[in-house]
Amino acid sequence: MLDADFFRRWMAAAAASVGREAQRLTDLDSAIGDADHGINMQRGFTAVTAALAEEAPNTPGAVLILAGRQLISKVGGASGPLYGTLLRRTGKALGEAAEVSEGQLAAALRDGVDGVMKLGGAVPGDKTMIDALVPAVDALGEGFAAARAAAEQGAEATIPLQARKGRASYLGERSIGHQDPGATSSALLIAGLSAAAESAEG
Amino acid sequence: MRMLINVPETVVADALRGMAAAYPDLTVDVENRVIVRRDAPVAGQVALVSGGGSGHEPLHGGFVGPGMLSAACPGEVFTSPVPDQMARAAAAVDSGAGVLFIVKNYTGDVLNFDMAAELAEDEGIQVAKVLVNDDVAVTDSLYTAGRRGTGATLFVEKIAGAAAAEGQPLERVESIGRQVNDNSRSFGVALSACTTPAKGSPTFDLPDGELELGVGIHGEPGRERRPMMTSGEIADFAVNAILEDMPPRNPVLVLVNGMGATPLLELFGFNAEVQRVLAERGVAVARTLVGNYVTSLDMAGASVTLCQVDEELLRLWDAPVKTPALRWGM
Repeated sequence: MLDADFFRRWMAAAAASVGREAQRLTDLDSAIGDADHGINMQRGFTAVTAALAEEAPNTPGAVLILAGRQLISKVGGASGPLYGTLLRRTGKALGEAAEVSEGQLAAALRDGVDGVMKLGGAVPGDKTMIDALVPAVDALGEGFAAARAAAEQGAEATIPLQARKGRASYLGERSIGHQDPGATSSALLIAGLSAAAESAEG
Repeated sequence: MRMLINVPETVVADALRGMAAAYPDLTVDVENRVIVRRDAPVAGQVALVSGGGSGHEPLHGGFVGPGMLSAACPGEVFTSPVPDQMARAAAAVDSGAGVLFIVKNYTGDVLNFDMAAELAEDEGIQVAKVLVNDDVAVTDSLYTAGRRGTGATLFVEKIAGAAAAEGQPLERVESIGRQVNDNSRSFGVALSACTTPAKGSPTFDLPDGELELGVGIHGEPGRERRPMMTSGEIADFAVNAILEDMPPRNPVLVLVNGMGATPLLELFGFNAEVQRVLAERGVAVARTLVGNYVTSLDMAGASVTLCQVDEELLRLWDAPVKTPALRWGM
């Protein structure tokens, strides 16, 4: 079973990898967007880390709802509402339980991803964060490591796609050949799940 | 990197502190990033709130004042502001007559303003929205995020602002704003890429002797790259792209807008060419504005925006306005 501590470790791992990879995210974004994805995500997860330390929510759902609210109120752009909705919706779906199973997390995360698709209007193949999140949720039944691999493959698979949503869509065919920054940061978020699981074992 | 800044993290806050010092008619909340006209809320008047990423100055903070915006929310550089900012701005300016959000069509701006509208409505504030999407360089289809909002934002903010100043009701101010957007089209070119403080180097690689046609205002590359053209050739390309999309039936307002690093000497010369093309195509020009209004940091280049006006829209355009960047009649 996964407790609030697991979810705090998930957010901490995501914050650490977003911090480490901020420059890469910004470089990917400068190719087909406006060169700010790394710094924006870093600002958001810094706020998440600070809020979790201050308020110490004690259920999995409360951890994710607080984190989502921070992303909405600190990130801006499209990433703030989309990532914020992902975590808030997932947190709401987990309810007030003190511990949840991996199966419950998978179902809740699917709710969260559905929320992102509804808000942003994107579907798989549009070259967005959805292209990493949907395969990750599909693979979550086989464990966190499988989800992580699926998300990373999904992010890489955005390279040959033409963007149909977000700022990269304005480039038309010129968006082809570049990995989507949002799918890349989504893969980092999912990788944080397996990092949280590993740190529990160790 | 050659930038007159301290560190990238504080550029927006530093700019707001400087703006506050320069314009005592504005109330600038540096911490929460909201710029409000000092006399707001104005009884009986619809309030106009706009906002978007920073880096496009004077848009939007420079357009706050009597006859135009009631408040503006600057986001991080090229990043939409967050819902808290917009909801705070709406609460600060609402007189009870309602608030009109003027939103440029970018996914982030749309999502954040929609979330802000929900927050404001929870507080009992009546909110309407005008979406600006004037850029003909973007292919418009059901399968994309649609056209970008660029230069027409100035026309919408000025004309809807004049209607609000007259005391017209929210539905009417909203429909005038929509009408201005529907009657406006833009096309931009870049002669150099811009440098964001966070990245510290040009956001795209544009070799000397080439230009980007159909560029946006975020340093996102344009649709097409060509060898350098003359001012006259660029004017032909830009104006024809607009007229192809919007055959003119009425006189037009013309905005020849600099992207930030093109001097007025060049912009005025470019305007001469734009006026030539319009004359050749038989398009009557009602008013012309030349300058840096919707910029893209230090990008060199220019955009052209045309707005078809009837007598009513022209009257509202000519109405008095008093803001840091646009001022006449008062």
